[in-house]
Amino acid sequence: MKLAYWMYAGPAHIGTLRVASSFRNVHAIMHAPLGDDYFNVMRSTSERERDFTPVTASVVDRHVLARGSQEKVINNISRKDEEQHPDLIVLTPTCTSSILQEDLQNFVDRASLSSKSDVIPADVNYHRVNELQAADRTLEQITRFHLDRARRRSTSDRSVTNGPSANIIGVFTLGFHNQHDCRELKRLPGESGIAVNQVIPEGGSLKYLNDLPRAWFNIVPYREVGLMTATFSEKEYGMPHISITPMGISNTADFVAQIGKLVNVWASTLSEKIFNYELYVDSQTKFVSQAAWFSKSIDCQNLAGKEAAIFGDATHAASITKILVKEMGIRVSCPGTYRKHDAERFNEQVQGLCDEVIVTEDHTEVGDTIARIEPSAIFGTQMERHIGKRIDIPCGVISSPVHIQNFPLGYRPFLGYEGSNQIADLIYNSFNLGMEDHLLDVFGGHDTKGVSTKSLSTDGGDFNWTPEAESEPNKIPGFVRGRARKNTEVFAKRSNIREITIDVTYAAKEKSSL
Amino acid sequence: MKTLEIPTPECETGNYHTFCPISCVAWLYQKIEDSFFLVVGTKTRGYFLQSALGVMIFAEPRYAMAESEEGDISAQLNDQEELKRICLRVKSDRNPSVIFWIGTCTTEIIKMDLEGIAPKLEKQLGIPIVVARANGLDHAFTQGEDTVLAATTHRCPEYNRHTTDRRGGDMAKLVVADVAPNKNFTDGRDKSNRCNLVLFGSLPSSVASQLNLESRRQSVSVSGWLPSQKYTELPALGEGVYVCGVNPFSSRTATTPMRRKKCQLVGAPFPIGPDGTRAWIEKICSAFDVKPEGLRERENQIWKNLGNYLEVVTGKSVFFMGDNLLEISLARFLIRCGMIVYEIGIPYMDRRYQAAELLLLQHTCGRMKKPMPRIVEKPDNYSQVQRMHELKPDLAITGMAHANPLEARDIDTKWSVEFTFAQIHGSANAGDALELVTRPLRRRGDSTLGCRSLSRQAVDVYN
Repeated sequence: MKLAYWMYAGPAHIGTLRVASSFRNVHAIMHAPLGDDYFNVMRSTSERERDFTPVTASVVDRHVLARGSQEKVINNISRKDEEQHPDLIVLTPTCTSSILQEDLQNFVDRASLSSKSDVIPADVNYHRVNELQAADRTLEQITRFHLDRARRRSTSDRSVTNGPSANIIGVFTLGFHNQHDCRELKRLPGESGIAVNQVIPEGGSLKYLNDLPRAWFNIVPYREVGLMTATFSEKEYGMPHISITPMGISNTADFVAQIGKLVNVWASTLSEKIFNYELYVDSQTKFVSQAAWFSKSIDCQNLAGKEAAIFGDATHAASITKILVKEMGIRVSCPGTYRKHDAERFNEQVQGLCDEVIVTEDHTEVGDTIARIEPSAIFGTQMERHIGKRIDIPCGVISSPVHIQNFPLGYRPFLGYEGSNQIADLIYNSFNLGMEDHLLDVFGGHDTKGVSTKSLSTDGGDFNWTPEAESEPNKIPGFVRGRARKNTEVFAKRSNIREITIDVTYAAKEKSSL
Repeated sequence: MKTLEIPTPECETGNYHTFCPISCVAWLYQKIEDSFFLVVGTKTRGYFLQSALGVMIFAEPRYAMAESEEGDISAQLNDQEELKRICLRVKSDRNPSVIFWIGTCTTEIIKMDLEGIAPKLEKQLGIPIVVARANGLDHAFTQGEDTVLAATTHRCPEYNRHTTDRRGGDMAKLVVADVAPNKNFTDGRDKSNRCNLVLFGSLPSSVASQLNLESRRQSVSVSGWLPSQKYTELPALGEGVYVCGVNPFSSRTATTPMRRKKCQLVGAPFPIGPDGTRAWIEKICSAFDVKPEGLRERENQIWKNLGNYLEVVTGKSVFFMGDNLLEISLARFLIRCGMIVYEIGIPYMDRRYQAAELLLLQHTCGRMKKPMPRIVEKPDNYSQVQRMHELKPDLAITGMAHANPLEARDIDTKWSVEFTFAQIHGSANAGDALELVTRPLRRRGDSTLGCRSLSRQAVDVYN
């Protein structure tokens, strides 16, 4: 057993439900006790979804516990089939069904005899995978199910489209700014003369899934979901994929370059036309995106050398780290992710950009690390936003887990050239505005709060500061005041000093500047 | 008596949306200040708490998950050792006066013997451990509180008439501290004897003292509440103590003091709305043989104050989808306000515990010349939505899973969970309850966009 107050990624069935309910006309039936259908609440409130979430529960109650589900699940499947005629019904196991070890496959086999809809059981192991892994797996499962069947029935069209085209894989419901990213992602290849063949799972229809292999290549914008599907189509249909996340100027440039490479493989044989995107990237970088100019402008100068901590899913944390360090000259002392099973790749991505990397699912560890390094700003999830509130450090939210605030109505992509503008705004607004900060320091500032509150850990604070020494840190600029005080205390601790006088503060300062 | 006339509720498939009963930790940890709630179960439950309780989770709550892992399920790990380790950490981090273990579906299915382990660990750790099985296999939403309070009842000190008489001075002090001094109380010494009234049901302390005051006006003083503000201040229960519920979902808690502690239960309608509050007080008075005074005037005054709200709701129709067991009382109150109730969905209907409330509902319908609404136990949400499309109610009181989709289909909704968190008990809070009910109705007039239906879903889906 594990003592847990908060978790970054949800249980497996949430991932399955997110994928299933993103497709059009797919219904998920959960094998779960009463009250486990809170996914419907999450979707209806956070996404402000106007339609009924196509998820129902086949309720596990005492009777089921005693006698097994028997006909119940099958009846529920048939009922949904008659009522709503979905294209596909996904029977979703939860922790309860995995402990009960009911034979869901058997229910599915029997139900599919009578129902017009296709029925499949989601193949996810509750204990082994989390929300994101399950989503990845379910997406692959549904795609594979349809393509395999189409192939058996010889209804699949494997001829590639005449003009260059791509599938976008992995955009789905309750994803962090996914809707906006999707629009931006369609624009990016669109401007490069590439049609979008299909977007799955968000808004995708199974009726047209047969055409998936007709695209020239696949785009997988997020590390978390879609890679399994892309790998599958690569193996079965020889479709290459791009797994670079076009977040930030340089990543986007890499992304477009990769597109050019993949397109030209076919284009040279099909149309004898070679696509060249260098000019496109150049003009977008310089003029459509303001981010490049912004990082050059005086404003951004104030950010140089400031320190930030980053935490989130692998995609966002890695990309934002790269943007901060390479594109804005901000020091990232500690990027981190909760995607433990993707740690190796994450390390590789942020290598050379930071001092230390933190990979954990424990939010207290993240909180303590942030408190220790005292960055000027945090970029993280909703949890880090609250950590930031407690220790008085501004935070920009860059990754799920999300809150209704992270489903803005306005256009806020994180990907592509418009995304780079949004990110620049987010970063700039998160740090204290440069001039404001400066003026506050010059005029003594309004920061009269004690620095001892700037810590999450309980130890410390057993130092006795003399009044003169107490006033000393107030002469230091606000954003380093916390660190100066802390350095002094660390110095005092090392030298076994209890009472901190003004001399001690200077000694500590000398020591630290050595 | 009239019990036979109470209509039998219909029963549907039980395919409805509600919160998992473990959500009760959200308000109980705030109510019982020195408690810690440990939910024993899988990630599914923890994620529910996290997403259902939203912001609360960041406020360093006194609750956490003991998240079972694969080793726990397959019994490779020893439950007792695991729980001991976790409880020791909770004890050293938070030092609570009591730890509540909330059993979930998981502990039920793998038959983890929480009730057996708790007394052993209680001894080893020197801290009371109360076990409540608030799982979705047996219970819905607010019934979680019921299981916790029923379990807590066993921990109430024994009430002993003789010792209490000897400690008369203490007792008087306690009561005076509880409520503002009142002349009636000090005058009638004989009254203090019969005023052994314990109320059960978790309410915010301000609402609890309002109810204390209501009954004090009739010279009946409340000697204690279950739950109390602190675990260490649980009320004494025993022979000669009267207990009365304030919430319609506390049926287990009602039976436990009766059967185990020989208390007497005052079966009354619930103090929701001025009508309910008056009927509640009257029932309590009759139990103590007190003639209630000035109740009618007080009720009339409250109704008069509610005039503005009543104008909005009169003649409007309402449909309860049912998810928190407050439905019967709220429907009764709204009918008295002049609304028409089409359907009262309710997860579970204890006809004995709610008997007085059901009678009042029937009586109210007769008085207001409104048809008796259909009561549907274990409703089927899908069928309910179909019925709603036919009935076109002015207001649907429903869970959040259905609220936005119904709004998009031009049916105004009120989120039912708000009624469990808002202060709706007692005459003084009737306005708050109506504030909630009228909010969507008042908003309706302001809609200037002229687009009534905003759904994209094909017509054949969900209608």
